[in-house]
Amino acid sequence: MKVMCFHLMPYADLDPGVRDKYRSVWLVLPNSYFDPEKGASLYNRYLDELELCAELGFDGICVNEHHQNAYGLMPSPVVMAAALARRTRQCRIAILGNAFCLRDHPLTLAEEHAMIDVMTRGRLISGFVRGVGSEYFSLGANPVHSLERHQEACELVVRAWSEPGPFAFEGKHYHFEYVNLWPRPYQKPHPPIWCPSMGSLETIEWAAHPERKYVYLQNFSPTESVARYLDLYRETALRRYGYEAASDRIGWCAPLYVGASDAAAVDEARPHIEALFNLFLPKLSELMFFPPGYMSADSLQRVLVHKRGHRGGARIEDLIERGIFICGSADTVRRRIEAAHQRMGFQEFIAMLQFGTLPADLTEHNIRRFAADVMPAIKSLTDKEYRGFELAPEPAQ
Amino acid sequence: MSPTAGTIEVNGLKLALRRVGRGKPLLFLHGTDGLGEWPQLLDRLTARFDVLAPDHPGFGATPAPPWIDDISDMAYFYLDALAALRLSEVRLVGHSLGGWIALEMAVRATARLHSLTVIDAAGIHVKGVPKADIFLIDPEEQARLVYADPALAAAAAERASAEKYHAAAIQNRIASARLGWQPRFFNPRLERWLHRIDVPTHIVWGAEDRFIPPAYAAALHRLIPGSSLTLVPGAGHLPHVERLDRVAPAIAAFLGAKP
Repeated sequence: MKVMCFHLMPYADLDPGVRDKYRSVWLVLPNSYFDPEKGASLYNRYLDELELCAELGFDGICVNEHHQNAYGLMPSPVVMAAALARRTRQCRIAILGNAFCLRDHPLTLAEEHAMIDVMTRGRLISGFVRGVGSEYFSLGANPVHSLERHQEACELVVRAWSEPGPFAFEGKHYHFEYVNLWPRPYQKPHPPIWCPSMGSLETIEWAAHPERKYVYLQNFSPTESVARYLDLYRETALRRYGYEAASDRIGWCAPLYVGASDAAAVDEARPHIEALFNLFLPKLSELMFFPPGYMSADSLQRVLVHKRGHRGGARIEDLIERGIFICGSADTVRRRIEAAHQRMGFQEFIAMLQFGTLPADLTEHNIRRFAADVMPAIKSLTDKEYRGFELAPEPAQ
Repeated sequence: MSPTAGTIEVNGLKLALRRVGRGKPLLFLHGTDGLGEWPQLLDRLTARFDVLAPDHPGFGATPAPPWIDDISDMAYFYLDALAALRLSEVRLVGHSLGGWIALEMAVRATARLHSLTVIDAAGIHVKGVPKADIFLIDPEEQARLVYADPALAAAAAERASAEKYHAAAIQNRIASARLGWQPRFFNPRLERWLHRIDVPTHIVWGAEDRFIPPAYAAALHRLIPGSSLTLVPGAGHLPHVERLDRVAPAIAAFLGAKP
C-alpha cells in the first residue's frame, strides 16, 4: 500500500467567536479575520509539516483547492505544490485536486501541472474535482453546467497532456483553436489522475471507465460509506465495463491521530478534530453546499430532505465510532487501517495528520508516531491481506 | 373562466401552456418561481384578451431541452413560439425573469408584438445597486422579502418553508440558475440594444422591491425610448399580486382596455 499525507491548511487561528456571528466560515466570513502575519506563520509551518513527511518516507504529500474560506487556505494548490517541488526529492506530490471546470480556461492549470511534473521529473499526481458548491459562488461558475464542464475540461486537459500539438479542441463549453502545451508533462502519457470525492455515482462511473481507470479517492466519510463507494468502483468496473479493477485504483483519505495511548490520543485530539467539524465545517449552508444544478434535481432533493449539510455538534467519540476519524495508540490505529484494508482492499491510504486547530507540536508528534509505528506495517499490505471482492447478485427488477 | 391547460410543440419541444379569454393575444411570462397558481392579474384581463401563459422550458410542466443554455436561446425560443402559434399583435407581459425574457425578445424582433409590459424585470445591471442573491437567501427569507406587507410576507414564508424541498421548487431553482447564475440575472449587452424596442413599453415596479430595487425601473425607463413608468407604492417584488387593485387597472389602461 502507498501511504501519503494530506494537508488542508486551515486558518487554525480563526477566532471561534465568528461561529455565532456569521452564517458560515465559507464565502461570507469577512477576510478581515485573516491576519497575514498569522497566515505567514501557518503557511510556513504547514509546508514544514509536509516536508517532514517527505523526509520520514511517506510515499507522497498532498494539497488541495478551496476558495474564500477559513477551512482550507489553498485557493491555488499549484502554488503549494510548486513550493514543495524543490524541497523534496523522492515523494509524489499530489494535487487532490484542482477544479479545472471552475476556470474558463482550464489549460492554464494544465500548463501549471505540466510544469510541476517536469520540474519534479514526474512526481506529480493530478486530481480532477468539481469543487464544492460554494466555489461556484466564489468564482461565478454556473453550477448547472458543472458536470458537463468538468468532463469536458478533463478531456481537454488529458488530450493537451498526451496528444501532439497543436490541435484544435472543439467542445460545447470549451473551444480552443490552438492546444499546444509547452512544456508537456514528464510522465507518459500524463500524470496519474485521481478523482477525490465525498461519494458520487457520476464520478465513480466516469473514473472507472476502461479508457480512464482513474483512481477514486473517498474522503472524510464513515466506514460504511467508504466501503460502499470503494466497492461500487469495483462493481462498476466489473458489471458495467467488464473488467476487474486493480486495488491501486481506489483510495481512502481520513483525518488521523496517533497518541501514546488510546486515552491520550482522544484527549489530545478532541478540541482540534471537534473544531474541524464544529467550527470550520458547520453552517456551510445547504444553499452554499448544493447550489442548483450542481447535482440532478432528484439527488438534490434527496440530499436536502436528509439535510446532509453539517450542522455542528460533532463529538470525537462519535467520529471515531463511525470511522470518520481514526484515533488512538499506534496499535489501535494500525489495526483499524488493517481491518479496513482487509474489508476494502484499497492500495492508497492518505492520512490527514493536521486537522482543525491541531497545533504544531501535536501535529509533529502525530506525524512522527504515524511514520514510525504505523506506516511501515500498513505499507506492506497487499492484495494478499484483502478478503477479495465478490459481486453481489444483481437486484431483481 | 378557468384556463385550459395543454401543450404546443415548438422546435420539437412540448411547451406547457395555459390559455383562456377572448380578444387579441396576451402572452404572460412568469418569474423564477414558475407560473404556479393562475395569477389573479390574468383573470382581470381575460375579458378583453386571449391570455396565454406558458411554463418556460425547464420550469413547471415543460422539460428542459439541451438547446436552451442561456437567455438568448430562451428569447429566440419564444419568438419561434409566437410564430408557431401564429400570433400577431401580441401584448407581451413579463414579470422578473419573464420580464428579462420579454426584453430580450423585444430587442431582437418586434414584428409580432403590439406592446411590451415588464413588471420588476431582471435583465440589466445598475452599477452600485445590488440585487438580492436569490441563490444565497433561504426560501423562507426570500418569501418574507418579496412582499412589502408584513402579513403577506409571513404567510408566504410559511408556504415557502413547506414547499422548499418539493421537486417542483428545486426544478425551478435549477432552471433559474441555468439562465441567471452568471452574471446574476442580467445580460451585460442587453442595455446597449434596448433602444431597438420600437413598440409601446410600460414599466411597472413595486416601489419597495428589495430584490430588484426601483433604481432598475428608472434605468429601464431611461433606456427604452418612449416608455412609461408606473411605480406602485406599498408593493415589493410582486406588485401585481400585492397591489392588484393598482396594477390591474394600470396595465389594462396601457393595453387600451377597460379593467
